[in-house]
Amino acid sequence: MKIDFSGLESTAPLCGANSEMFDGISTSPSFQIPDTTDFDDFQKEAIQMVKPAKGTTTLAFIFKEGVMVAADSRASMGGYISSQSVKKIIEINPYMLGTMAGGAADCQFWHRNLGIKCRLHELANKRRISVTGASKLLANILYSYRGMGLSVGTMIAGWDEKGPGLYYVDSEGGRLKGTKFSVGSGSPYAYGILDSGYRYDMTVEEAAELARRSIYHATFRDGASGGVASVYYVGPTGWKKLSGDDVGELHYMYNPVEPTVVEQEMSEA
Amino acid sequence: MTKQHQNWSPYDNNGGTCVAIAGADYCVVAADTRAVGCISPFTGAVRQKLGMLRVISHLGMFGGELSRADKSLMASSGFQADVRALQKVLAARHLIYQHQHNKQMSCPAMAQLLSNTLYYKRFFPYYAFNVLGGLDTEGKGCVFTYDAVGSYERVGYSSQGSGATLITPFLDNQLKSPSPLLLPAKDAVTPLSESEAIDLVKTCFASATERDIYTGDKLEIVVINADGIRREYMELRKD
Repeated sequence: MKIDFSGLESTAPLCGANSEMFDGISTSPSFQIPDTTDFDDFQKEAIQMVKPAKGTTTLAFIFKEGVMVAADSRASMGGYISSQSVKKIIEINPYMLGTMAGGAADCQFWHRNLGIKCRLHELANKRRISVTGASKLLANILYSYRGMGLSVGTMIAGWDEKGPGLYYVDSEGGRLKGTKFSVGSGSPYAYGILDSGYRYDMTVEEAAELARRSIYHATFRDGASGGVASVYYVGPTGWKKLSGDDVGELHYMYNPVEPTVVEQEMSEA
Repeated sequence: MTKQHQNWSPYDNNGGTCVAIAGADYCVVAADTRAVGCISPFTGAVRQKLGMLRVISHLGMFGGELSRADKSLMASSGFQADVRALQKVLAARHLIYQHQHNKQMSCPAMAQLLSNTLYYKRFFPYYAFNVLGGLDTEGKGCVFTYDAVGSYERVGYSSQGSGATLITPFLDNQLKSPSPLLLPAKDAVTPLSESEAIDLVKTCFASATERDIYTGDKLEIVVINADGIRREYMELRKD
């Protein structure tokens, strides 16, 4: 089997001229493949043991002022919540954000890799890479690993010379341009709120509130989503984090508790 | 050839639990020393205690003792063979770094190196669950927690391994600091003093040993602060 390692290449060798000295430690990086005839079955069992983070709600949409990106922060393994503080919005550079759904390590590593590539593009061409270009870099890498079990569902959002840009990229090789996306197990709920409340000519405040409310409602109905609802805005001057709210507290903000007659009687008794 | 590979299973699970807590100017990393043999993750065969194994690596030179200069500590559980291989690779990479740059690698840099090292085995993973603790470039305690294929996150405290599901909720209850994702940000430093943190770690393991068969025998605690680095042990239940 021939695997494309071009995604890992760096322009400078790790250890200078005599890198053969440390064979296997500092030679140029590559993925080790298990010595088995049944790669697919091995992957299936191996990935069962190192279960990736599953269950997420992420969303992004373009509106008049730019792009709004929002996500929850929960990572679960089956029924166990392994973290409530995952950073699912990855800051690729000051003008571009990526979102994380699927395997946490797959997303984190390839976004870090994309960040390197975008910086190298900037140094080589003396201008920032377009969102179109960046998303295509990622999509091409993911396509070269197709069928090997990577699990990535990401949105690349940013601002380039043509204005706001938004792409959906996944590990099956798909790449879609669009104005409104939601990815992850909570996405049907988020889409419901997003579609009913979306208008192109929203203000930044309205858009941020819509994004936050969409994430909140998704965390309410989807058990695998939760934690903190983070909202980012990408405008002409780059991205900015607008809010980060514990969805447990958001619940009482959207559903204020009004004391009922019965409760009052009981407390008096 | 195909027959030979039919039941090819290169992993075993030797169990074990690790905990790390970061404070304002210290970091406590702890792990139990029990190793259990033949818990095949594929078949679930006979269990047999293997005895004591050291699981905390200070990522210094091979076999070296703790040194004042050490900035990172790594505790791992899972498959001992993979754990040892991984810690050896990292120690070697660290040695090369020291020769090239004439200084120790910072803890956040080591954290990303560990992440990349784990991910390069994405298709044949190290069966190792790690926590990395140490002091960051400002001298504040830091803890990084990982999954087996290299996804990582900086946290105030963490537990990994077979007892993690017992210990993490307890640590949440005792230490729960505001999420770092909140905006406006809230101060997230663990409020405990160094000695309180060590006591808390001891309590965690004493309790986990009561309910987790893969945790026990002995607890190894390594503390790193501005004055240097030290190690202590506590006996755990041996049954």
